[in-house]
Amino acid sequence: MRPARVRTAGTAAITLTLVAGLLVSVGAAVTVGPADLSIGTVWAVIGEHLGLAQADVSVLRDHIVWDLRLPRVLAAAAVGAGLAAAGAVMQTVTRNPLADPYLLGVSSGAALGAVLVIVAGIGGGMVAVSGGAFAGALATFAVVVLIAGRRGALSPARVVLTGVAIAQLCAACTSFVIIWVGDPNATQSITFWLSGSLAGATWAKLAWAIPALAAVLLLVLTQARTLNAFAFGEEAAATLGVDVTRTRWLLLIATALLTAVLVAISGAIGFVGLILPHAARFLAGPDHRRLLPVVVPAGAIFLIWVDTAARTVFEPRELPVGVLTALLGVPAFLMLLRRREVRG
Amino acid sequence: MLEITDVSWAVPAARILDHITCTVPAGSLVGLLGPNGSGKTTLIRAVAGLVRPDTGAMTIAGDHIAGLRRLALARRIALLAQHADTDLDLTVRDVVLLGRIPHRRSRWSDTADDHTAVAEALTRVDLAGFADRTWLTLSGGERQRAQLARAFAQEPELLLLDEPTNHLDIGHQLQLLSLVRRAKVTTLAALHDLNLAAMFCDTVVVLHHGRVVATGPPTEVLTSGLLAGVYGVDAEVRVHDGRTVICYRPPS
Repeated sequence: MRPARVRTAGTAAITLTLVAGLLVSVGAAVTVGPADLSIGTVWAVIGEHLGLAQADVSVLRDHIVWDLRLPRVLAAAAVGAGLAAAGAVMQTVTRNPLADPYLLGVSSGAALGAVLVIVAGIGGGMVAVSGGAFAGALATFAVVVLIAGRRGALSPARVVLTGVAIAQLCAACTSFVIIWVGDPNATQSITFWLSGSLAGATWAKLAWAIPALAAVLLLVLTQARTLNAFAFGEEAAATLGVDVTRTRWLLLIATALLTAVLVAISGAIGFVGLILPHAARFLAGPDHRRLLPVVVPAGAIFLIWVDTAARTVFEPRELPVGVLTALLGVPAFLMLLRRREVRG
Repeated sequence: MLEITDVSWAVPAARILDHITCTVPAGSLVGLLGPNGSGKTTLIRAVAGLVRPDTGAMTIAGDHIAGLRRLALARRIALLAQHADTDLDLTVRDVVLLGRIPHRRSRWSDTADDHTAVAEALTRVDLAGFADRTWLTLSGGERQRAQLARAFAQEPELLLLDEPTNHLDIGHQLQLLSLVRRAKVTTLAALHDLNLAAMFCDTVVVLHHGRVVATGPPTEVLTSGLLAGVYGVDAEVRVHDGRTVICYRPPS
Protein backbone atom coordinates (compact mmCIF):
# COMPACT_ATOMS: atom_id res chain seq x y z
CA MET A 1 0.00 0.00 0.00
CA ARG A 2 1.46 3.34 -1.04
CA PRO A 3 0.40 6.14 1.26
CA ALA A 4 -1.00 9.03 -0.80
CA ARG A 5 1.41 11.60 0.59
CA VAL A 6 4.40 9.56 -0.47
CA ARG A 7 2.69 9.16 -3.83
CA THR A 8 2.36 12.96 -4.23
CA ALA A 9 5.96 13.67 -3.34
CA GLY A 10 7.01 10.74 -5.49
CA THR A 11 5.07 12.07 -8.47
CA ALA A 12 6.65 15.52 -8.28
CA ALA A 13 10.05 13.84 -8.30
CA ILE A 14 9.03 11.59 -11.19
CA THR A 15 7.79 14.59 -13.21
CA LEU A 16 11.00 16.56 -12.63
CA THR A 17 13.14 13.55 -13.49
CA LEU A 18 11.14 12.94 -16.66
CA VAL A 19 11.36 16.57 -17.81
CA ALA A 20 15.13 16.52 -17.23
CA GLY A 21 15.26 13.17 -18.99
CA LEU A 22 13.36 14.66 -21.93
CA LEU A 23 15.89 17.48 -22.37
CA VAL A 24 18.79 15.04 -22.16
CA SER A 25 17.02 12.65 -24.55
CA VAL A 26 16.53 15.33 -27.18
CA GLY A 27 20.23 16.21 -27.11
CA ALA A 28 21.42 12.64 -26.92
CA ALA A 29 19.11 11.21 -29.59
CA VAL A 30 20.33 13.80 -32.09
CA THR A 31 23.88 12.48 -31.73
CA VAL A 32 22.82 8.96 -32.71
CA GLY A 33 23.02 8.10 -36.39
CA PRO A 34 25.33 7.31 -39.28
CA ALA A 35 27.28 10.58 -39.02
CA ASP A 36 29.10 10.70 -35.71
CA LEU A 37 28.26 13.76 -33.68
CA SER A 38 29.18 14.66 -30.12
CA ILE A 39 26.62 16.00 -27.70
CA GLY A 40 28.76 19.14 -27.49
CA THR A 41 28.36 19.70 -31.25
CA VAL A 42 24.59 19.25 -30.95
CA TRP A 43 24.20 21.80 -28.19
CA ALA A 44 26.58 24.17 -29.99
CA VAL A 45 24.44 24.05 -33.16
CA ILE A 46 21.21 24.49 -31.18
CA GLY A 47 22.79 27.36 -29.26
CA GLU A 48 23.89 29.07 -32.46
CA HIS A 49 20.49 28.79 -34.12
CA LEU A 50 18.80 30.15 -31.04
CA GLY A 51 21.29 33.05 -31.16
CA LEU A 52 22.78 32.17 -27.80
CA ALA A 53 26.34 31.45 -28.82
CA GLN A 54 28.71 31.36 -31.75
CA ALA A 55 29.55 27.80 -32.77
CA ASP A 56 32.45 26.67 -34.82
CA VAL A 57 30.75 23.75 -36.58
CA SER A 58 31.01 22.71 -40.23
CA VAL A 59 28.08 23.50 -42.55
CA LEU A 60 27.47 19.79 -43.15
CA ARG A 61 27.23 19.00 -39.44
CA ASP A 62 25.08 22.03 -38.88
CA HIS A 63 22.77 20.76 -41.64
CA ILE A 64 22.61 17.24 -40.18
CA VAL A 65 21.80 18.49 -36.71
CA TRP A 66 19.50 21.39 -37.49
CA ASP A 67 17.72 20.31 -40.66
CA LEU A 68 17.64 16.52 -40.42
CA ARG A 69 17.88 15.10 -36.94
CA LEU A 70 16.60 17.81 -34.61
CA PRO A 71 13.22 18.25 -36.35
CA ARG A 72 12.79 14.50 -36.35
CA VAL A 73 13.63 14.13 -32.66
CA LEU A 74 11.36 17.02 -31.74
CA ALA A 75 8.59 15.57 -33.88
CA ALA A 76 9.00 12.26 -32.05
CA ALA A 77 8.77 14.11 -28.75
CA ALA A 78 5.68 16.07 -29.83
CA VAL A 79 3.90 13.04 -31.29
CA GLY A 80 4.77 10.87 -28.28
CA ALA A 81 3.64 13.50 -25.77
CA GLY A 82 0.48 14.28 -27.70
CA LEU A 83 -0.59 10.67 -28.26
CA ALA A 84 0.07 9.76 -24.63
CA ALA A 85 -1.96 12.71 -23.32
CA ALA A 86 -4.76 12.16 -25.84
CA GLY A 87 -4.89 8.48 -24.91
CA ALA A 88 -5.14 9.24 -21.20
CA VAL A 89 -8.00 11.67 -21.82
CA MET A 90 -9.82 9.30 -24.19
CA GLN A 91 -9.58 6.43 -21.70
CA THR A 92 -11.10 8.59 -18.98
CA VAL A 93 -13.80 10.28 -21.03
CA THR A 94 -15.02 7.05 -22.61
CA ARG A 95 -14.34 5.06 -19.41
CA ASN A 96 -12.72 2.45 -21.60
CA PRO A 97 -9.24 1.24 -20.65
CA LEU A 98 -8.71 0.10 -24.25
CA ALA A 99 -9.44 3.51 -25.75
CA ASP A 100 -6.68 5.21 -27.68
CA PRO A 101 -6.38 8.44 -29.67
CA TYR A 102 -7.33 6.66 -32.91
CA LEU A 103 -10.67 5.58 -31.44
CA LEU A 104 -12.61 8.14 -33.44
CA GLY A 105 -11.35 6.77 -36.74
CA VAL A 106 -8.86 9.60 -37.09
CA SER A 107 -5.94 7.42 -38.18
CA SER A 108 -7.89 5.41 -40.74
CA GLY A 109 -9.34 8.59 -42.18
CA ALA A 110 -5.86 10.08 -42.38
CA ALA A 111 -4.58 7.02 -44.23
CA LEU A 112 -7.42 7.22 -46.72
CA GLY A 113 -6.81 10.93 -47.24
CA ALA A 114 -3.10 10.32 -47.78
CA VAL A 115 -3.75 7.47 -50.23
CA LEU A 116 -6.14 9.57 -52.26
CA VAL A 117 -3.60 12.37 -52.50
CA ILE A 118 -0.78 10.00 -53.52
CA VAL A 119 -2.93 8.23 -56.09
CA ALA A 120 -4.38 11.43 -57.50
CA GLY A 121 -0.86 12.86 -57.68
CA ILE A 122 -1.97 16.21 -56.34
CA GLY A 123 0.85 18.65 -55.64
CA GLY A 124 4.35 17.62 -54.70
CA GLY A 125 5.43 15.05 -52.18
CA MET A 126 5.03 14.95 -48.43
CA VAL A 127 3.39 18.32 -47.88
CA ALA A 128 0.40 17.40 -50.01
CA VAL A 129 0.24 13.94 -48.45
CA SER A 130 0.23 15.42 -44.95
CA GLY A 131 -2.45 17.84 -46.02
CA GLY A 132 -4.53 14.99 -47.41
CA ALA A 133 -4.03 13.01 -44.21
CA PHE A 134 -5.12 15.93 -42.07
CA ALA A 135 -8.20 16.52 -44.21
CA GLY A 136 -9.06 12.81 -44.17
CA ALA A 137 -8.67 12.68 -40.38
CA LEU A 138 -10.95 15.68 -39.87
CA ALA A 139 -13.55 14.37 -42.31
CA THR A 140 -13.69 10.98 -40.59
CA PHE A 141 -13.91 12.53 -37.16
CA ALA A 142 -16.71 14.79 -38.38
CA VAL A 143 -18.65 11.79 -39.71
CA VAL A 144 -18.18 9.87 -36.44
CA VAL A 145 -19.33 12.83 -34.36
CA LEU A 146 -22.32 13.45 -36.62
CA ILE A 147 -23.46 9.85 -36.29
CA ALA A 148 -22.57 9.28 -32.63
CA GLY A 149 -23.65 12.71 -31.41
CA ARG A 150 -26.96 12.81 -33.22
CA ARG A 151 -28.96 13.14 -30.03
CA GLY A 152 -26.54 15.64 -28.57
CA ALA A 153 -25.25 13.40 -25.81
CA LEU A 154 -22.26 11.77 -27.53
CA SER A 155 -22.52 8.64 -25.41
CA PRO A 156 -19.23 6.74 -25.07
CA ALA A 157 -20.66 3.45 -26.31
CA ARG A 158 -21.98 5.07 -29.50
CA VAL A 159 -18.71 6.92 -30.04
CA VAL A 160 -16.65 3.74 -29.70
CA LEU A 161 -18.89 1.64 -31.94
CA THR A 162 -19.25 4.34 -34.58
CA GLY A 163 -15.51 4.99 -34.54
CA VAL A 164 -14.77 1.30 -35.06
CA ALA A 165 -17.28 1.02 -37.91
CA ILE A 166 -16.07 4.13 -39.74
CA ALA A 167 -12.44 3.10 -39.27
CA GLN A 168 -13.18 -0.25 -40.89
CA LEU A 169 -14.92 1.48 -43.76
CA CYS A 170 -11.94 3.79 -44.31
CA ALA A 171 -9.52 0.85 -44.15
CA ALA A 172 -11.59 -0.99 -46.75
CA CYS A 173 -11.64 2.07 -49.03
CA THR A 174 -7.87 2.48 -48.62
CA SER A 175 -7.22 -1.16 -49.60
CA PHE A 176 -9.59 -0.83 -52.52
CA VAL A 177 -7.85 2.27 -53.84
CA ILE A 178 -4.40 0.71 -53.45
CA ILE A 179 -5.39 -2.47 -55.27
CA TRP A 180 -7.38 -0.65 -57.94
CA VAL A 181 -4.50 1.65 -58.81
CA GLY A 182 -1.82 -1.02 -58.50
CA ASP A 183 1.03 1.47 -58.51
CA PRO A 184 3.90 -0.21 -56.60
CA ASN A 185 5.40 3.14 -55.56
CA ALA A 186 2.15 4.30 -54.08
CA THR A 187 1.70 0.96 -52.32
CA GLN A 188 5.14 1.19 -50.79
CA SER A 189 4.81 4.72 -49.52
CA ILE A 190 1.37 3.95 -48.14
CA THR A 191 2.56 0.88 -46.25
CA PHE A 192 5.31 2.88 -44.65
CA TRP A 193 2.89 5.62 -43.83
CA LEU A 194 0.21 3.29 -42.40
CA SER A 195 2.73 1.81 -39.97
CA GLY A 196 3.83 5.25 -38.87
CA SER A 197 7.10 7.00 -39.53
CA LEU A 198 8.78 10.20 -38.45
CA ALA A 199 11.09 10.29 -41.46
CA GLY A 200 9.16 13.15 -43.04
CA ALA A 201 9.45 15.51 -40.06
CA THR A 202 10.35 19.11 -40.95
CA TRP A 203 10.40 22.41 -39.12
CA ALA A 204 7.38 23.48 -41.18
CA LYS A 205 5.32 20.58 -39.83
CA LEU A 206 6.55 21.21 -36.29
CA ALA A 207 5.31 24.77 -36.60
CA TRP A 208 1.81 23.28 -36.81
CA ALA A 209 2.23 20.49 -34.34
CA ILE A 210 3.83 22.28 -31.41
CA PRO A 211 1.25 25.08 -31.01
CA ALA A 212 -1.57 22.52 -31.40
CA LEU A 213 0.09 20.32 -28.78
CA ALA A 214 0.63 23.23 -26.40
CA ALA A 215 -2.94 24.48 -26.71
CA VAL A 216 -4.51 21.06 -26.16
CA LEU A 217 -2.20 20.23 -23.25
CA LEU A 218 -3.11 23.51 -21.54
CA LEU A 219 -6.80 22.82 -22.03
CA VAL A 220 -6.49 19.28 -20.73
CA LEU A 221 -4.52 20.40 -17.67
CA THR A 222 -7.28 22.88 -16.73
CA GLN A 223 -9.72 19.95 -16.89
CA ALA A 224 -7.66 17.62 -14.68
CA ARG A 225 -10.01 17.75 -11.70
CA THR A 226 -13.05 17.45 -13.92
CA LEU A 227 -11.52 14.33 -15.46
CA ASN A 228 -11.12 12.89 -11.96
CA ALA A 229 -14.86 13.26 -11.46
CA PHE A 230 -15.44 10.65 -14.18
CA ALA A 231 -13.90 7.90 -12.01
CA PHE A 232 -17.30 6.47 -11.00
CA GLY A 233 -19.06 7.18 -14.28
CA GLU A 234 -20.80 10.08 -15.87
CA GLU A 235 -23.84 10.20 -13.62
CA ALA A 236 -21.53 10.44 -10.64
CA ALA A 237 -19.61 13.18 -12.44
CA ALA A 238 -22.85 15.02 -13.13
CA THR A 239 -23.86 14.95 -9.46
CA LEU A 240 -20.43 16.42 -8.65
CA GLY A 241 -21.32 19.46 -10.73
CA VAL A 242 -19.63 18.48 -13.99
CA ASP A 243 -21.41 19.36 -17.22
CA VAL A 244 -20.75 15.92 -18.65
CA THR A 245 -21.93 16.50 -22.20
CA ARG A 246 -20.05 19.76 -22.61
CA THR A 247 -16.86 18.32 -21.10
CA ARG A 248 -17.03 15.27 -23.33
CA TRP A 249 -17.54 17.29 -26.51
CA LEU A 250 -14.79 19.72 -25.57
CA LEU A 251 -12.22 17.06 -24.74
CA LEU A 252 -13.09 14.66 -27.55
CA ILE A 253 -12.91 17.42 -30.16
CA ALA A 254 -9.68 18.86 -28.75
CA THR A 255 -7.92 15.49 -28.58
CA ALA A 256 -9.22 14.45 -32.01
CA LEU A 257 -7.91 17.68 -33.57
CA LEU A 258 -4.55 17.17 -31.91
CA THR A 259 -4.46 13.56 -33.07
CA ALA A 260 -5.30 14.65 -36.63
CA VAL A 261 -2.38 17.09 -36.59
CA LEU A 262 -0.03 14.41 -35.23
CA VAL A 263 -1.20 11.72 -37.62
CA ALA A 264 -0.59 14.08 -40.53
CA ILE A 265 3.05 14.29 -39.44
CA SER A 266 3.81 10.72 -38.52
CA GLY A 267 1.11 8.40 -39.78
CA ALA A 268 -0.59 6.10 -37.30
CA ILE A 269 1.90 5.13 -34.61
CA GLY A 270 0.11 2.53 -32.55
CA PHE A 271 0.27 1.59 -28.89
CA VAL A 272 1.80 4.85 -27.59
CA GLY A 273 -1.61 6.30 -26.76
CA LEU A 274 -2.80 3.00 -25.32
CA ILE A 275 0.17 1.87 -23.21
CA LEU A 276 1.73 5.09 -21.93
CA PRO A 277 -1.36 6.18 -19.96
CA HIS A 278 -1.49 2.80 -18.23
CA ALA A 279 2.23 2.91 -17.45
CA ALA A 280 1.90 6.47 -16.14
CA ARG A 281 -1.07 5.50 -13.95
CA PHE A 282 1.08 2.77 -12.54
CA LEU A 283 3.75 5.34 -11.61
CA ALA A 284 1.62 8.31 -10.59
CA GLY A 285 -1.78 6.91 -9.66
CA PRO A 286 -5.09 7.75 -11.34
CA ASP A 287 -5.42 11.40 -10.23
CA HIS A 288 -5.15 13.41 -13.46
CA ARG A 289 -3.42 16.27 -11.69
CA ARG A 290 -0.49 13.91 -11.12
CA LEU A 291 -1.03 11.64 -14.10
CA LEU A 292 -0.91 14.25 -16.88
CA PRO A 293 2.43 15.82 -15.83
CA VAL A 294 3.92 12.33 -15.88
CA VAL A 295 2.35 10.90 -19.03
CA VAL A 296 3.34 13.84 -21.28
CA PRO A 297 7.14 13.75 -20.81
CA ALA A 298 7.04 9.94 -20.57
CA GLY A 299 5.35 9.71 -23.97
CA ALA A 300 7.87 12.13 -25.47
CA ILE A 301 10.91 10.25 -24.15
CA PHE A 302 9.46 6.90 -25.13
CA LEU A 303 8.87 7.86 -28.75
CA ILE A 304 12.20 9.69 -29.10
CA TRP A 305 14.12 6.53 -28.24
CA VAL A 306 11.89 4.12 -30.11
CA ASP A 307 12.24 6.27 -33.22
CA THR A 308 15.98 6.51 -32.70
CA ALA A 309 16.10 2.72 -32.59
CA ALA A 310 13.83 2.49 -35.64
CA ARG A 311 16.19 4.57 -37.76
CA THR A 312 19.50 3.12 -36.55
CA VAL A 313 19.26 -0.49 -35.38
CA PHE A 314 18.83 -1.99 -38.85
CA GLU A 315 20.94 0.57 -40.69
CA PRO A 316 20.83 1.32 -43.56
CA ARG A 317 17.22 0.06 -43.55
CA GLU A 318 14.74 2.03 -41.55
CA LEU A 319 11.90 0.30 -39.72
CA PRO A 320 8.52 2.01 -39.53
CA VAL A 321 8.43 3.26 -35.94
CA GLY A 322 4.90 1.87 -35.52
CA VAL A 323 6.29 -1.65 -35.96
CA LEU A 324 8.68 -1.12 -33.06
CA THR A 325 6.09 0.52 -30.79
CA ALA A 326 3.89 -2.53 -31.32
CA LEU A 327 6.79 -4.92 -30.68
CA LEU A 328 7.53 -3.13 -27.40
CA GLY A 329 3.92 -2.23 -26.62
CA VAL A 330 2.34 -5.65 -26.67
CA PRO A 331 4.61 -7.26 -24.03
CA ALA A 332 4.43 -4.09 -21.93
CA PHE A 333 0.65 -4.21 -22.12
CA LEU A 334 0.50 -7.86 -21.12
CA MET A 335 2.85 -7.17 -18.23
CA LEU A 336 0.69 -4.29 -17.00
CA LEU A 337 -2.41 -6.46 -17.24
CA ARG A 338 -0.73 -9.11 -15.15
CA ARG A 339 0.43 -6.69 -12.46
CA ARG A 340 -3.06 -5.25 -12.31
CA GLU A 341 -4.56 -8.66 -11.75
CA VAL A 342 -2.02 -9.45 -9.04
CA ARG A 343 -2.76 -6.21 -7.22
CA GLY A 344 -6.52 -6.13 -7.81
CA MET B 1 -36.21 21.09 3.06
CA LEU B 2 -37.22 19.58 -0.23
CA GLU B 3 -40.62 20.18 -1.75
CA ILE B 4 -41.85 18.22 -4.73
CA THR B 5 -45.05 19.59 -6.24
CA ASP B 6 -47.08 17.88 -8.93
CA VAL B 7 -44.08 16.40 -10.76
CA SER B 8 -44.72 14.27 -13.85
CA TRP B 9 -42.38 12.65 -16.32
CA ALA B 10 -43.28 10.41 -19.23
CA VAL B 11 -41.38 8.46 -21.84
CA PRO B 12 -43.17 7.51 -25.08
CA ALA B 13 -44.25 4.12 -23.73
CA ALA B 14 -45.19 4.99 -20.17
CA ARG B 15 -45.83 7.63 -17.59
CA ILE B 16 -43.02 7.10 -15.08
CA LEU B 17 -43.88 9.82 -12.59
CA ASP B 18 -47.54 10.78 -12.29
CA HIS B 19 -48.33 14.05 -10.47
CA ILE B 20 -46.06 13.42 -7.51
CA THR B 21 -46.27 15.72 -4.53
CA CYS B 22 -44.32 15.18 -1.33
CA THR B 23 -42.08 16.94 1.16
CA VAL B 24 -38.86 16.14 2.96
CA PRO B 25 -38.79 18.37 6.06
CA ALA B 26 -35.42 19.77 7.14
CA GLY B 27 -33.44 17.33 9.27
CA SER B 28 -35.69 14.35 8.63
CA LEU B 29 -35.06 11.02 6.97
CA VAL B 30 -37.80 10.22 4.49
CA GLY B 31 -38.06 6.78 2.95
CA LEU B 32 -39.24 6.43 -0.63
CA LEU B 33 -40.89 3.02 -0.94
CA GLY B 34 -42.55 1.06 -3.69
CA PRO B 35 -42.07 -2.03 -5.85
CA ASN B 36 -39.63 -2.24 -8.76
CA GLY B 37 -40.67 0.11 -11.53
CA SER B 38 -42.78 2.30 -9.26
CA GLY B 39 -40.67 5.37 -10.05
CA LYS B 40 -38.48 5.61 -6.92
CA THR B 41 -35.18 5.79 -8.75
CA THR B 42 -36.56 8.17 -11.37
CA LEU B 43 -37.81 10.53 -8.69
CA ILE B 44 -34.40 10.45 -6.97
CA ARG B 45 -32.72 11.12 -10.31
CA ALA B 46 -35.08 14.00 -11.00
CA VAL B 47 -34.26 15.63 -7.67
CA ALA B 48 -30.55 15.10 -8.39
CA GLY B 49 -31.02 16.99 -11.65
CA LEU B 50 -30.18 13.95 -13.80
CA VAL B 51 -33.56 13.88 -15.52
CA ARG B 52 -35.76 16.87 -16.11
CA PRO B 53 -39.47 16.30 -15.31
CA ASP B 54 -42.00 17.39 -17.93
CA THR B 55 -44.14 19.32 -15.48
CA GLY B 56 -44.20 20.24 -11.80
CA ALA B 57 -41.76 21.95 -9.50
CA MET B 58 -39.03 20.79 -7.14
CA THR B 59 -37.57 23.27 -4.69
CA ILE B 60 -34.78 23.02 -2.15
CA ALA B 61 -35.10 25.65 0.59
CA GLY B 62 -37.33 27.57 -1.79
CA ASP B 63 -34.95 27.52 -4.78
CA HIS B 64 -36.09 25.76 -7.93
CA ILE B 65 -33.83 22.80 -8.69
CA ALA B 66 -34.40 23.26 -12.43
CA GLY B 67 -33.09 26.82 -12.13
CA LEU B 68 -29.83 25.93 -10.37
CA ARG B 69 -26.61 25.38 -12.28
CA ARG B 70 -25.02 21.92 -12.04
CA LEU B 71 -22.21 23.16 -9.84
CA ALA B 72 -24.53 25.05 -7.49
CA LEU B 73 -26.73 21.96 -7.27
CA ALA B 74 -23.75 19.74 -6.45
CA ARG B 75 -22.92 21.98 -3.48
CA ARG B 76 -26.42 21.47 -2.08
CA ILE B 77 -27.46 17.95 -3.06
CA ALA B 78 -25.35 14.79 -2.84
CA LEU B 79 -26.34 11.42 -4.24
CA LEU B 80 -25.31 7.99 -2.97
CA ALA B 81 -26.07 5.48 -5.73
CA GLN B 82 -26.87 1.78 -5.39
CA HIS B 83 -23.47 0.75 -6.44
CA ALA B 84 -20.32 2.65 -7.31
CA ASP B 85 -17.65 1.02 -9.36
CA THR B 86 -14.33 1.98 -10.88
CA ASP B 87 -11.38 0.07 -12.22
CA LEU B 88 -9.01 2.88 -11.25
CA ASP B 89 -6.66 2.32 -8.35
CA LEU B 90 -7.98 5.24 -6.27
CA THR B 91 -7.28 5.68 -2.57
CA VAL B 92 -10.15 6.29 -0.17
CA ARG B 93 -8.83 9.86 0.16
CA ASP B 94 -9.03 10.32 -3.63
CA VAL B 95 -12.63 9.09 -3.57
CA VAL B 96 -13.72 11.36 -0.73
CA LEU B 97 -11.88 14.32 -2.30
CA LEU B 98 -14.16 13.94 -5.32
CA GLY B 99 -16.86 15.35 -3.06
CA ARG B 100 -14.84 18.57 -2.82
CA ILE B 101 -14.94 19.17 -6.58
CA PRO B 102 -18.09 21.32 -6.43
CA HIS B 103 -16.42 23.47 -3.76
CA ARG B 104 -13.17 23.92 -5.62
CA ARG B 105 -11.54 27.29 -5.44
CA SER B 106 -8.58 26.18 -7.50
CA ARG B 107 -8.64 24.10 -10.65
CA TRP B 108 -5.55 22.38 -9.42
CA SER B 109 -4.75 22.08 -5.72
CA ASP B 110 -6.64 20.81 -2.71
CA THR B 111 -6.96 23.34 0.10
CA ALA B 112 -6.53 22.73 3.82
CA ASP B 113 -10.34 23.04 4.06
CA ASP B 114 -10.69 20.18 1.60
CA HIS B 115 -8.44 17.93 3.65
CA THR B 116 -10.24 18.85 6.87
CA ALA B 117 -13.59 18.06 5.25
CA VAL B 118 -12.27 14.71 4.04
CA ALA B 119 -10.96 13.77 7.49
CA GLU B 120 -14.26 14.77 9.11
CA ALA B 121 -16.30 12.87 6.55
CA LEU B 122 -14.22 9.73 7.09
CA THR B 123 -14.70 10.00 10.85
CA ARG B 124 -18.45 10.38 10.38
CA VAL B 125 -18.63 7.07 8.52
CA ASP B 126 -16.25 5.27 10.90
CA LEU B 127 -13.52 5.04 8.28
CA ALA B 128 -10.89 7.17 10.03
CA GLY B 129 -7.54 5.58 9.24
CA PHE B 130 -8.75 4.28 5.87
CA ALA B 131 -7.62 7.32 3.86
CA ASP B 132 -4.64 5.58 2.28
CA ARG B 133 -6.36 2.27 1.57
CA THR B 134 -7.04 1.69 -2.10
CA TRP B 135 -10.56 1.23 -3.47
CA LEU B 136 -9.81 -2.19 -4.89
CA THR B 137 -8.95 -3.53 -1.42
CA LEU B 138 -12.22 -2.41 0.22
CA SER B 139 -15.20 -4.64 0.99
CA GLY B 140 -18.64 -3.76 -0.38
CA GLY B 141 -19.70 -2.21 2.92
CA GLU B 142 -16.51 -0.15 3.15
CA ARG B 143 -17.01 1.05 -0.42
CA GLN B 144 -20.52 2.28 0.29
CA ARG B 145 -19.30 4.00 3.45
CA ALA B 146 -16.47 5.64 1.46
CA GLN B 147 -19.07 6.88 -1.03
CA LEU B 148 -21.19 8.14 1.87
CA ALA B 149 -18.12 10.02 3.13
CA ARG B 150 -17.73 11.47 -0.37
CA ALA B 151 -21.36 12.62 -0.20
CA PHE B 152 -20.77 14.18 3.26
CA ALA B 153 -17.66 15.92 1.91
CA GLN B 154 -19.97 17.73 -0.52
CA GLU B 155 -21.53 19.30 2.62
CA PRO B 156 -25.01 18.87 1.16
CA GLU B 157 -28.24 20.35 2.46
CA LEU B 158 -29.98 17.32 1.07
CA LEU B 159 -28.72 13.76 0.80
CA LEU B 160 -30.28 11.43 -1.76
CA LEU B 161 -29.88 7.68 -1.36
CA ASP B 162 -30.84 5.39 -4.22
CA GLU B 163 -31.30 1.93 -2.71
CA PRO B 164 -27.88 2.27 -1.07
CA THR B 165 -27.99 -1.03 0.81
CA ASN B 166 -28.89 -3.33 -2.08
CA HIS B 167 -25.54 -5.08 -2.31
CA LEU B 168 -24.75 -5.19 1.41
CA ASP B 169 -25.19 -7.85 4.05
CA ILE B 170 -27.62 -7.11 6.89
CA GLY B 171 -24.91 -5.89 9.26
CA HIS B 172 -23.65 -3.34 6.77
CA GLN B 173 -27.20 -2.33 5.82
CA LEU B 174 -27.96 -1.46 9.46
CA GLN B 175 -24.60 0.25 9.86
CA LEU B 176 -24.98 2.40 6.73
CA LEU B 177 -28.46 3.61 7.57
CA SER B 178 -27.56 4.32 11.18
CA LEU B 179 -24.62 6.40 9.96
CA VAL B 180 -27.03 8.36 7.77
CA ARG B 181 -29.46 8.73 10.66
CA ARG B 182 -26.68 9.92 12.97
CA ALA B 183 -25.53 12.54 10.42
CA LYS B 184 -28.84 14.41 10.82
CA VAL B 185 -28.70 15.59 7.19
CA THR B 186 -32.06 16.03 5.46
CA THR B 187 -32.35 12.77 3.52
CA LEU B 188 -34.59 11.23 0.90
CA ALA B 189 -33.83 7.52 0.60
CA ALA B 190 -35.26 5.07 -1.91
CA LEU B 191 -35.37 1.78 0.00
CA HIS B 192 -36.42 -1.77 -0.79
CA ASP B 193 -36.34 -3.24 2.67
CA LEU B 194 -39.51 -2.23 4.50
CA ASN B 195 -38.21 -3.30 7.92
CA LEU B 196 -35.18 -1.03 7.44
CA ALA B 197 -37.51 1.77 6.39
CA ALA B 198 -39.68 1.21 9.46
CA MET B 199 -36.61 1.22 11.69
CA PHE B 200 -34.89 4.37 10.40
CA CYS B 201 -37.36 6.64 8.59
CA ASP B 202 -39.32 9.51 10.14
CA THR B 203 -41.86 9.30 7.38
CA VAL B 204 -42.29 7.18 4.29
CA VAL B 205 -43.72 7.97 0.87
CA VAL B 206 -45.09 4.96 -1.00
CA LEU B 207 -45.11 5.03 -4.80
CA HIS B 208 -47.09 2.72 -7.02
CA HIS B 209 -47.18 3.02 -10.82
CA GLY B 210 -45.59 6.45 -10.56
CA ARG B 211 -48.19 7.81 -8.12
CA VAL B 212 -47.98 8.58 -4.42
CA VAL B 213 -50.38 6.16 -2.72
CA ALA B 214 -49.55 6.81 0.94
CA THR B 215 -47.50 9.21 3.06
CA GLY B 216 -46.88 9.33 6.78
CA PRO B 217 -45.00 7.76 9.67
CA PRO B 218 -44.05 4.14 8.90
CA THR B 219 -46.21 2.78 11.73
CA GLU B 220 -49.30 4.31 10.15
CA VAL B 221 -48.51 3.71 6.50
CA LEU B 222 -47.12 0.19 6.53
CA THR B 223 -50.25 -1.87 7.02
CA SER B 224 -51.00 -5.32 5.70
CA GLY B 225 -53.67 -3.79 3.48
CA LEU B 226 -51.15 -1.45 1.84
CA LEU B 227 -48.58 -4.21 1.43
CA ALA B 228 -51.17 -6.41 -0.26
CA GLY B 229 -52.35 -3.61 -2.53
CA VAL B 230 -48.94 -2.19 -3.54
CA TYR B 231 -46.51 -5.10 -3.34
CA GLY B 232 -49.04 -7.91 -3.74
CA VAL B 233 -47.70 -9.71 -0.69
CA ASP B 234 -49.40 -11.34 2.23
CA ALA B 235 -47.82 -9.91 5.38
CA GLU B 236 -48.56 -9.36 9.01
CA VAL B 237 -47.48 -6.09 10.59
CA ARG B 238 -46.63 -6.40 14.28
CA VAL B 239 -45.20 -4.18 16.93
CA HIS B 240 -42.22 -5.75 18.64
CA ASP B 241 -40.12 -3.93 21.29
CA GLY B 242 -42.02 -0.80 20.33
CA ARG B 243 -41.00 -1.09 16.64
CA THR B 244 -42.98 -1.91 13.56
CA VAL B 245 -41.94 -5.30 12.21
CA ILE B 246 -43.23 -6.84 9.01
CA CYS B 247 -43.50 -10.61 8.78
CA TYR B 248 -44.11 -11.97 5.30
CA ARG B 249 -45.97 -15.13 4.46
CA PRO B 250 -45.01 -17.19 1.43
CA PRO B 251 -47.30 -16.66 -1.58
CA SER B 252 -50.01 -19.32 -1.75
